[in-house]
Amino acid sequence: MDIVPEITRQSITNLVKNDKREDGRGLTEYRDVSIETNVISKAEGSARVKLGGTQVIVGIKPQLGSPFPDTPDLGVLMTNCEMLPMADPNFEPGPPSDDSIELARVVDRGIRESELVELDKLCVEEGKHVWMLFIDLHIIDNCGNLFDACELAVMAALKSTKLPVATIEDEEVVLSEDETFDLPINNELALCTFVKIGDKMVIDPTLDEERVASARLNVGVTKDGHICSMQKGGQEPLTKDEILYCVNTAVTKVKELIEYL
Amino acid sequence: MMSEMIREDGRKFDELRPIKIEAGVLERADGSAYLEVGGNKILVAVYGPRESYIRRLLQPNTGVIRCRYNMAPFSVDDRKRPGPDRRSSEISKITADALRPALMLENYPRSMIDIYIEVIEAEGGTRCAGITAASVALVDAGIPMKDIVVGCAAGKVNDEIVLDLSEVEDKEGQADVPIAMMPRTGEITLLQSDGDLTEEEFAKAIDLAMEGCRQVSELQKEALMKRYSTE
Amino acid sequence: MIYVENKDLVIPGQVLADDEYYSGRGTFKENGKVCSSLIGLVSLRNKKIRVIPLKSKYVPKKGDVVIGKINDVRFSMWDVDINSPYSGILPAFEVFGREKKELNKVYDVGDVLFLRVVDVDEIKKAKLGLKGRGMGKFKGGIIVDIAPTKVPRLIGKKGSMINMIKDKTKCKIVVGQNGLVWVKGDEDMEQLTKNIIHLIEAEAHTSGLTNKIKNKLYLAIDGELPPEENPQEEEEFVLEKPKLQNFKEELEQEEREAEEKAKKENEDKPNIAEVIEELKRKNKKQDNSLSYGDNSNNSFILNNK
Repeated sequence: MDIVPEITRQSITNLVKNDKREDGRGLTEYRDVSIETNVISKAEGSARVKLGGTQVIVGIKPQLGSPFPDTPDLGVLMTNCEMLPMADPNFEPGPPSDDSIELARVVDRGIRESELVELDKLCVEEGKHVWMLFIDLHIIDNCGNLFDACELAVMAALKSTKLPVATIEDEEVVLSEDETFDLPINNELALCTFVKIGDKMVIDPTLDEERVASARLNVGVTKDGHICSMQKGGQEPLTKDEILYCVNTAVTKVKELIEYL
Repeated sequence: MMSEMIREDGRKFDELRPIKIEAGVLERADGSAYLEVGGNKILVAVYGPRESYIRRLLQPNTGVIRCRYNMAPFSVDDRKRPGPDRRSSEISKITADALRPALMLENYPRSMIDIYIEVIEAEGGTRCAGITAASVALVDAGIPMKDIVVGCAAGKVNDEIVLDLSEVEDKEGQADVPIAMMPRTGEITLLQSDGDLTEEEFAKAIDLAMEGCRQVSELQKEALMKRYSTE
Repeated sequence: MIYVENKDLVIPGQVLADDEYYSGRGTFKENGKVCSSLIGLVSLRNKKIRVIPLKSKYVPKKGDVVIGKINDVRFSMWDVDINSPYSGILPAFEVFGREKKELNKVYDVGDVLFLRVVDVDEIKKAKLGLKGRGMGKFKGGIIVDIAPTKVPRLIGKKGSMINMIKDKTKCKIVVGQNGLVWVKGDEDMEQLTKNIIHLIEAEAHTSGLTNKIKNKLYLAIDGELPPEENPQEEEEFVLEKPKLQNFKEELEQEEREAEEKAKKENEDKPNIAEVIEELKRKNKKQDNSLSYGDNSNNSFILNNK
């Protein structure tokens, strides 16, 4: 791992102490967000998100499969993330790293726990055939805060997803060639990521800010202000007040982010 | 012999699919390029020359390149499992071999250049598209080169030799001949052929593919000029 | 026969001229033709053609001054990252002579230093040293990262560009030939300087850049454009490697300014950041003679025993 120059650590910390940041933003200000959907015609749902210099692409591919025994009438979501070596000189080719798995799971948790995908409508035949949605995240450029970029990308891609209409004929699943339906979605969600620098919490960290941060907090909030997922990362602890501040800020910021969807 | 046959997508026998090339599309990479040809979408990042800790790969008198061709799970009709397979490993290797003759790495002994080719969407001819995009990314990274390698395929469909097979033509066709070349000298740095061709057909295919390469080469140059010219 | 003009943008493999021309850096000769091996700008002098790269990694050269980061402390040397495919080493004897000291008490992992490339071995590993003015550890400030090929433009002819930035922002600036730049001054001015440096990098091969930068600086700092002067002669772009001479002038200038500034600041009230710095320094009780960039009296002179 790259060693952060000591003077970079100091200058970023000093800036944050004075409520300033290296790119001129305020402590609760996001970088520019841009979202494009339907960027991959071969995927049933897709999106590309740019958050400052960070870029991710997500594609959603459905497959018919068997439901889990305990939820015979529900579709299945699977989120996978590839931190491609193209995205960062420190990313290695090979099986997903712990960071990559954590990222995928945190993003997945928001979607899953907010229950915004109506999984019951992805059931084709109870106990036998359900839609499984493979959500594949491709990180192509890492300039910090992959979490929020990924969650936005998944959210946007889900909203753009169209599945073929499936019917049962003679106990066989038949997929319609031209008829599709929109993936049923009943809510929206975004993730707000904060890092602790000095004794302040900073939203949407840049790469250098991430590298000098002592702790991280991801807060997933739905459009209606419900908290549906959280994750604390990093080596150092957070105080309760810091956490409550983040939650409070996230509830407002998420509304801004959802505007982009 | 050169019939006016129209192909399934309406192209003439010697017509390329529409191509778009852009250089310098990523922030972190030392060099990068994006290429669309037909329904293919390819992204390439280059890192290096950089220090490598994989000692056994290094050479005392020159820099080495390492190439990784990878298809996104969502790039094809049926989701592809992430990670390398035999096909992508082979393509990675021949891509490195196709690019190597153009690179001038004597000034970077014991260093490593990594080339990452990501197929975001595939529609036939990704290996050639990958090579074409990789060359642009290498130039963008400031790597010294004798020439800008370019790739293009010809093949046989309905008993006709045609340029730049689409996915459907590749599947239904009788032969596919992807090549890469250095356009200044016309030297060929990649050649594969699969399918059935007579000697005569092969000669025609290679001529056609080389002509295709020359056309694509102009677009590579345009993309680089566009990225770096000021006015 | 020549096919290009001075300052043309060319790409690898492009034929530049026929046999009667000489092939300089960034070019090669094949089958009686001079061709470019890089994306860059043509530099034509007499019958010699060179191509000045727009992008290129830093390869250490004896005599260069570079900014490096300590990556590891070993038994008798420091491993230094010099923003290059080739890492550098700073041997302990270059710093202490024969004296025995604990290395990490002097420079620790993450410290950033101004160094000279003393020698480059056959595998391009750079041996670094601190002999010379202004060499040593930076305290405070920020690091700005630019393409090493843009360093000459940032300095400008005889330092015209860099001195203008220093004058206007009151920042101290040290440029390493490896594309790392150290900037120290008022917090906001540091950030402004960083943005200005990146702008110069992005527009290095455009004409009229010095004036453009001047206007930007004045607008950002004074809120208005600089007073109209006699139209200066359009400064030619410089992308060629500056001679080491320029760097020395650079450093001498640096030193003069710093002395003046130090004098001034001793009279002025120190600001909070500096007080904190000062306290830290006192707490650590480090050997100040090895440090560079703080405002104490002889900080620019290395204590070479």
